[in-house]
Amino acid sequence: MRSLATLAAALAFALDFALAPPAATAADLRIALAADVTSMDPHFVNLQPNNLVAWHVFDALTRLDDNARLVPGLAESWKAVDATTWEFKLKRGVKFHDGSELTAEDVVYSLDRPTTIVNSPGSFVPFTRPIVAKQIVDRYTVRLKTAGPYAMVPYDVNSVFILSKRAAAGVRPEEFNQGKGVIGTGPYYFVAFKRGDRVELARHDQYAGPRPAWDKVTLRIITNDPARIAALLAGDVDAIEQVPTADLAKLRGNAGFQVAQKVSWRTIFLHLDQFRDRVPGITDKSGRPLDRNPFKDARVRKAVSLAINRPAIVERVMEGAAVPASNLVAPTVFGHAAALKPEPFDADGAKKLLAEAGFPNGFSAVLNAPNNRYVNDERIAQALAQMLTRVGITTRVETSPANVYFVKARNQEFGLAMLGWGSFSGDLALRSLVATFDAERGFGTWNWGRYSNARLDGLVIQALATLDAGKREAVAREAMTMGMQDHAVIPLHHQMTSWAMRKALAYTARTDELTLAYQFRAQ
Amino acid sequence: MLVYLIRRATQSVVVLLVMSLLVFVGVYAIGNPVDILINPNADQADIERAIKGLGLDKPLWEQYLVFLQQALAGDLGKSFVFNVPALQLILERMPATLELAVTAMLIAIVFGIPLGLWAGLKPDSVAGKTIMTGSILGFSLPTFWVGLMLIMVFSVDLGWLPSSGRGPTRELLGIPVSFLSWEGIKHLIMPATNLALFNLALVIRLTRAGTREALMQDYVKFARAKGLSDARVIGVHVLKNISIPIVTVTGLQFGTLIAFAIVTETIFAWPGMGKLLIDSIHVLDRPVIVAYLLIIVTFFIVINLLVDLAYSLLDPRVRLADAKA
Amino acid sequence: MGEMDPPARDPSPPGDAAVIAAAAAAPGAAEETPLQRIVADFAASRIALAGLALIAVILAAALFAPLLSPQNPYDLAQLDVMDSRLAPGAQSADGKFTYWLGTDDQGRDMLSAIFYGLRISIGVGVASTLCALAIGTMLGLLAAFFGGRADSLIMRIADIQLSFPAILIALILLAVLGQGVDKIIVALVAVQWAYYARTVRSSALVERRKEYIDAAACLALPTRRIVFRHLLPNCLPPLIVVATVQVAAAITLEATLSFLGLGLPITEPSLGLLISNGFTYLLSGKYWISFFPGIALLVTIVSINLVGDQLRDVLNPRLQR
Repeated sequence: MRSLATLAAALAFALDFALAPPAATAADLRIALAADVTSMDPHFVNLQPNNLVAWHVFDALTRLDDNARLVPGLAESWKAVDATTWEFKLKRGVKFHDGSELTAEDVVYSLDRPTTIVNSPGSFVPFTRPIVAKQIVDRYTVRLKTAGPYAMVPYDVNSVFILSKRAAAGVRPEEFNQGKGVIGTGPYYFVAFKRGDRVELARHDQYAGPRPAWDKVTLRIITNDPARIAALLAGDVDAIEQVPTADLAKLRGNAGFQVAQKVSWRTIFLHLDQFRDRVPGITDKSGRPLDRNPFKDARVRKAVSLAINRPAIVERVMEGAAVPASNLVAPTVFGHAAALKPEPFDADGAKKLLAEAGFPNGFSAVLNAPNNRYVNDERIAQALAQMLTRVGITTRVETSPANVYFVKARNQEFGLAMLGWGSFSGDLALRSLVATFDAERGFGTWNWGRYSNARLDGLVIQALATLDAGKREAVAREAMTMGMQDHAVIPLHHQMTSWAMRKALAYTARTDELTLAYQFRAQ
Repeated sequence: MLVYLIRRATQSVVVLLVMSLLVFVGVYAIGNPVDILINPNADQADIERAIKGLGLDKPLWEQYLVFLQQALAGDLGKSFVFNVPALQLILERMPATLELAVTAMLIAIVFGIPLGLWAGLKPDSVAGKTIMTGSILGFSLPTFWVGLMLIMVFSVDLGWLPSSGRGPTRELLGIPVSFLSWEGIKHLIMPATNLALFNLALVIRLTRAGTREALMQDYVKFARAKGLSDARVIGVHVLKNISIPIVTVTGLQFGTLIAFAIVTETIFAWPGMGKLLIDSIHVLDRPVIVAYLLIIVTFFIVINLLVDLAYSLLDPRVRLADAKA
Repeated sequence: MGEMDPPARDPSPPGDAAVIAAAAAAPGAAEETPLQRIVADFAASRIALAGLALIAVILAAALFAPLLSPQNPYDLAQLDVMDSRLAPGAQSADGKFTYWLGTDDQGRDMLSAIFYGLRISIGVGVASTLCALAIGTMLGLLAAFFGGRADSLIMRIADIQLSFPAILIALILLAVLGQGVDKIIVALVAVQWAYYARTVRSSALVERRKEYIDAAACLALPTRRIVFRHLLPNCLPPLIVVATVQVAAAITLEATLSFLGLGLPITEPSLGLLISNGFTYLLSGKYWISFFPGIALLVTIVSINLVGDQLRDVLNPRLQR
């Protein structure tokens, strides 16, 4: 029965884990990341952990601030010189880690490079493809031409890291993993990459921007949630990203640690099939197919939205680490329509609408959700099923791992499905999620429900072609309002991202979820 | 003997072929990594370009033939996600997993056989019963639960052992190992114990069962009657009797230990190939999955061969030619 | 070494699982039946009897779960997310209901969830073990008795089988079939049968060289009779050890698959799924979500193993006291 004694001890501990973490070395920082870093080549695959490492070593023409708003990066300014040309002015005197100076040559080289990597499963080409021509005006000025008016260029270049042409030319992507060609302008230079284990970085003392507090940074890869928490509690790391919601309260109550938190740009919402007449998983209460697709009726879509008690999900399922959503983008993000308010919970209203739409007894539905993709995804799905069942839509939950889930979703196997989305701007999110599916134009690629509204499509096209940021945002908001009022999709909540760290540290939390060592400070 | 080995080798090649085909079809049935990894802003054309870039647009049989052709040249393909040869990726991770599995197996045998002998020789003693109850607990606790408990107690609560990772490694004959430094050993203890638990219980039970059975055998009774010392009776006759099941099980379990290190490696963030596999499954990195399974299967074939050879040495009544004829 | 061979045996030894069934079905046998001996031997161990009693209680709880449970934990309409993560003994929001063992993240009553979870866990464990046992034993015996091509074929298939990590089989099956109790049973059988085949084959290889088999063959008994009445019973002791281990292992494996996100559907949780679901909350002090199902699982497996242990001693023809 020794194991039971151990269990009891563990339990006693779990009930009250007040302990002081050991002090770390003055100028070193060890951070535990929640996902695996796959390559040191910043152009190989567009994955958050890879980009996170790259943001330490490299920089891009534009950056996002803490609120995911665009700010200058390597470019000190940019403007549209005509309807199809963007001009970027580089900062002068920016030095690569090898001492050479950043010039327009490096920028053009870097923007050309993603297309040369053909075997990427998640290429950066979507960001460079709209640029049809690149022109070096002088050593510090680059002009980027697009086929038509295209407002997203300054955002797109935010995703493409600038490499040193001299250092990277001729280096194969896999050679980057040994550090070859990993020469950037970022605040840290590359020291070592042990795949699946850690990335080691050291401060670049010639960095022109604010001097980071840490001499050495170790990014440990600990994908398992409890193991990551345990590593923090045990003092093996100084900070962790993506704190599970269940541990937030306890960590906050622990004098040795603190939590930084911010509304993330990731929004969770439901797609409803509004395309087919027979929808997979949607039946009458006895399991027979319905004679029509209930989601084609806007009243039913609204009923679904009204049936959902968003504050309850935020409070009980997300444990406060979310905010109810009315939009497809978070409040700080470009194109958020602040006039929209989260749909209030109204079960009686939902029942009434269902009755009006010809479903007085409701119907049955299968709600599909991934089980390892979004924060608490399968828990949210179950809570949603409870709520929908209460208003008469008897709902069964089916969850699957992301790799199975997305394939099925793309194959149109779902009638009611959960998706999460993070986007630079509202119009961009609408283009992928709500605009009419059109493979040719690249619209509605993720519009699983196949909602279609020509007026909304027009607004999205107009917004993306409006180069003046203020005017563009107004159009984007109009499009967002139209889509949401029509319940094209049902927004649920915006996730909050959390970081936990030793008490002696502080972190400037970011909407784009990035964990950046140089945003940690000693207090 | 030679005929036996040749026959075995031929069978192994067939196994490897069938296996690779099964995995190929299986992973193909699930989907492709582009669906998971593609940039959300990508349009249909980007998706198709990515699929083409990875060679996933070709018919399955063609992909398989290309794979076979390359595999014959020793190239198991490049990881979709890591963009390095899958074989290199796995070989890089293999020492960590092997170290973990060997340590776990050693723990299971070194502690399991004496405990099992004790329980078998004195089945009605308090110690014997405690050992058996303990071994039952060893089966009853899910590995992931025990792993978490170990971390909570020994790293977080007591602060004795590091919670995760492999710690510093040193080269031994060109292979990085962690057991050569105290820090490395400290990192190894918990994951290895966690992985060993199930097998420890298994070895205890098998040893006890074998011992009890042997003690009932006439030849042991006879040996005792002849006045042979207890030490000799146990050391020679009893151990000989229990060696067959132990060899079989440890042999068979070693392969599964490596495979099931996945869970332990996930909990303890141990940078082994099991963790690589589960990550690869999550993103459908087929070259890595296929290469991993081919390597594991090869492992298995070798292990089974060794088990069979050991069999014939330990029990002369089992002759290989006979078993395979 | 090998001073003497084990003595030739009675051609029809009594130790046989069939004996239990047969004896249970054959009332009032004349002389001291094997069953009476087995029962007497079994009862000699109090701890095994206690295990048996526990199993009876657990089976009853699992069978009568719908009657015993205050709530149907699978009916989402009966759950209220507002009651989620309540501590043991807490009242529901409407004050009508007491959650004696607390609630999980969906507001599921843990006591009810455990009764229902037992049902699924035991069902999955037993069903998959029985299927795997039947398939594996059959194939193992075939391999050992006939040798040659049959042996090679079966054992090579077993090699392939054992070389697949369980989670990969599960993932592929789940991707093709979807989640569900039947799928997980298929997956568990697929990963288990080879153990039985190997175990049976290795002991049968030794047994079939013994004189009693030769004797039976000399009597020109039909092959089927030799295999099932003579060879099989003598291969049973290791099989029982393995089967005991495997019922527990099947339940644990199912929990592990759930831990990796590949197991049963979340809406109808087994004990394993309840535990892994509660793991998230263990570090934050909400121990009851995984602790109580963990205890239920532990008690179940320990009692199964206690009984299996004693049964093995009792049924072993070579261990007769």
